[in-house]
Amino acid sequence: MAISFTLNGKSQSVDVSPDMPLLWVLRDTLNMTGTKFGCGMALCGACTVHINGEATRSCITAISSVAGKKVTTIEGLSADGSHPVQQAWMEEDVPQCGYCQSGQIMSAVALLSKKPNPTDTDIDDAMSGNICRCGTYQRIRKAIHRAASMQAGKA
Amino acid sequence: MAIAPVVNRRDFLKTGAAGSVALVVGFHLSPAAFADQAQDQEKKPPNPFDAWVRITPDNRVTLILGKSEMGQGIMTALPMILAEELCLDWKQVRVQQAPTNPKIYDLGTGGSGSVAGSWLPLRRAGAAAREMLVAAAAKKWEVSPDTCKAQNGQVVHGHPQRYLSYGELVEAASKLPIPNLNTVALKNSDDFTVVGHDTRRFEGRDKATGAAKFGIDSRVPGMLFAVVARCPVFGGKLASFDATKAKAVPGVRDVVPFETSGRGASTTGGVAVLADNSWAAIQGRNALEVKWDEGTAAKESTAELQKQFLANAAKPGKVVRNEGAADSVLASSPKKIEAVYELPFAPHACMEPMNCTVQIRSDGAEAWIPTQAPQWAQGVIAETAKLPPEKVIVHTTLMGGGFGRRYQADFVMEAAQVASKSAGKPVMVLWTREDDMQHGFYRPASYHKLQGALDANGNLAAWKHFQTSTSIAAKWSQKGAEDSGLGEFGTGATVPYTTPNLRIEYMLAESSVPRAWWRSVEHSSSGFVVESFIDELAAAAGQDPLAFRLKLIGGDRKIPQFGGEKEPPLDTARLKGVLQLAADKAGWGKPLPKGQGRGIATFYSFNSYTAAVAETSVKDGSVKVHRLVYAVDCGRPINPEGIRAQVESAAIYGLSAALHDAITIKEGRVEQSNFNDYQMPRMSETPLTEVHVVMSKEEPTGIGEPGLPVVAPAMCNAIFAATGKRIRRLPIRSEDLA
Repeated sequence: MAISFTLNGKSQSVDVSPDMPLLWVLRDTLNMTGTKFGCGMALCGACTVHINGEATRSCITAISSVAGKKVTTIEGLSADGSHPVQQAWMEEDVPQCGYCQSGQIMSAVALLSKKPNPTDTDIDDAMSGNICRCGTYQRIRKAIHRAASMQAGKA
Repeated sequence: MAIAPVVNRRDFLKTGAAGSVALVVGFHLSPAAFADQAQDQEKKPPNPFDAWVRITPDNRVTLILGKSEMGQGIMTALPMILAEELCLDWKQVRVQQAPTNPKIYDLGTGGSGSVAGSWLPLRRAGAAAREMLVAAAAKKWEVSPDTCKAQNGQVVHGHPQRYLSYGELVEAASKLPIPNLNTVALKNSDDFTVVGHDTRRFEGRDKATGAAKFGIDSRVPGMLFAVVARCPVFGGKLASFDATKAKAVPGVRDVVPFETSGRGASTTGGVAVLADNSWAAIQGRNALEVKWDEGTAAKESTAELQKQFLANAAKPGKVVRNEGAADSVLASSPKKIEAVYELPFAPHACMEPMNCTVQIRSDGAEAWIPTQAPQWAQGVIAETAKLPPEKVIVHTTLMGGGFGRRYQADFVMEAAQVASKSAGKPVMVLWTREDDMQHGFYRPASYHKLQGALDANGNLAAWKHFQTSTSIAAKWSQKGAEDSGLGEFGTGATVPYTTPNLRIEYMLAESSVPRAWWRSVEHSSSGFVVESFIDELAAAAGQDPLAFRLKLIGGDRKIPQFGGEKEPPLDTARLKGVLQLAADKAGWGKPLPKGQGRGIATFYSFNSYTAAVAETSVKDGSVKVHRLVYAVDCGRPINPEGIRAQVESAAIYGLSAALHDAITIKEGRVEQSNFNDYQMPRMSETPLTEVHVVMSKEEPTGIGEPGLPVVAPAMCNAIFAATGKRIRRLPIRSEDLA
């Protein structure tokens, strides 16, 4: 049975098993590979997307629960990498292997939408579910502060 | 060339016509050694326009990357070297991964050796290409090449200046004779505009937009996704299986048993579930009914290994190094200090789980692999598919972490086996996190007994280091091959602290747990042990840990690497330089907030010098590292920003090993499975990390790994300074802090 939702601003319909996690629908059915598989148990944050604006682990989110909702992935943040968080990531040269960074960026965007000027503790709390094996945490923190300043400048 | 006599980090496999043939080379290759080796293989140097630089008539320049990018920044650092000699504006540079062509490239990426090994060859290749472009322009203008100059992707001449772009010249240039690479004029380093300058990583944008393609992102028309059931016990075999329920899972296409064996194999194979998508494959595997013949390893455990360690430590070990009479000096010393240090198995835990995509057709094969060893992978696939290696195209993808894990070919061999049973369809064999955690190659578990004697002046009268471990050499050696044990010490056997009596002993502990090269390899344990024990000796001597180290390192001199005499010697001036720099930047000796302590450590590994100062406190049985201050000297920095990033990364990898990393074994299997029972450091545990890079003019050396060995000892020495408790086993346990 087809399941319909909004993906990065466009309506999307998929005909898959209703218990299939959104992660695999994105990656294997729709070939949108920016969202990553890391653990399959919502433990690492690599698969983070936004569902109705909330940072959500797509690896444990059944596609049936997404019906009618708005999903945003890393590919939907901007058409050209111009989102302030992406810009800040490039400026601070955050990524190393880069595998976890889609999830890190999606968590950071969600944090900034709620707290435009987060403290270090806010960042620790919001980002604690995202693991980076390359240990880029210090640069992620700096990039979040930088993105906050950029967004404040725009406002 | 090799430090260890039997097994080397970079034992990349050259593929011969008959399949894979092993060529073992040392894991620390000096530039000179690299050049010799390159000349051995290539009687005729490749045309740089075939091998290293592609220029289109519209002046788009693509530099070829002959190493794998796993986060270490090699996709930026190596092209920077070429761009420098080619006089290119960095902004016009694009980078493309080299194909597997062993006549031109050594694609094996490991041992922190890429920059060190490529520095001179790439400079020469770039300079040769530049000279050919200049010669082409001179010919066209009918002037002397000496009056022409390359700059910003063009050749210029005369007043008023005229110019030709590389794009306009490349066709003529590529047909000119190739200059002698040994004598081609290299740029004066004072004129460098790219090398030595902070440069953001080439693929940073793609990694911030989700566009970067890792191995796991490979998508080939008609492909299937496979997940494999493997025996949970190391070395166990498939007894029988029933695929009925697995095949009933929607999307599952096939269930196939397969075997892997020989060099490169880790498991004995398993049962693959092939499906339309990864989810169906995972569900199919969950539904599979399999019986295993667990084999003899089923009785192994971490507790049993500990008994072996203790039994071994009660006996004398095999002598690895002996100078003077350490045993008798220790026996009669009025001031003798003894300590035991222990480290567990540790997993790589790359964020991108292992995966490999292979398509095998009758006329050839193609593969998409996140691999540190594309040539080995090519050979493995060729052997499985019964094809000549040149019929196997390997696309080396970006890697979501490598750390040594992706130097292995086990995951390639599995995928090749499964693809050979899929009727020509491309197949990705995807590992789940649990597969990755439980079927890895682990940093060896080790047990160290250190003894030291101090004389009346607080000098080091004797040093003895006994180690028993599940060695890497024993895992990889041919049966019966002699293992000296030296490879398990690395530069830990080149003790820079002056003593007339030095003895190093080793004893192997038996284990079925696969071991291999984990970030910084044996130096991860040697650094912890040597730098913790020297701190204990400083305390016993009643001396400041920094002053004690500097005193024992002594005057400026060069100490040959023990067992690695062809490597550059340890330069004590550079070692003292990083110690002093880290101490100065950290404010060594200045007061800290109450409850905090400061610890220092230094280590020489991969021909690079590292020192770190940690500021640490202990509260409610847990450790907090507030600040880490590093000084590193890895010769001439190619990309200082990349170096800082690598050291920041090694710091967290080392912090992870000190605070959390431990793989434990029960009934022959790994007890940990995912990030719930295997913890990784999080944002809140990240100390403020400063990295001070020495702007050296020495030959460049490694930096992917050398930042790691000093973290745990600096942290633990800081814990001692804060609390008086010595931490002698990792990961740090709350009971050891109480």
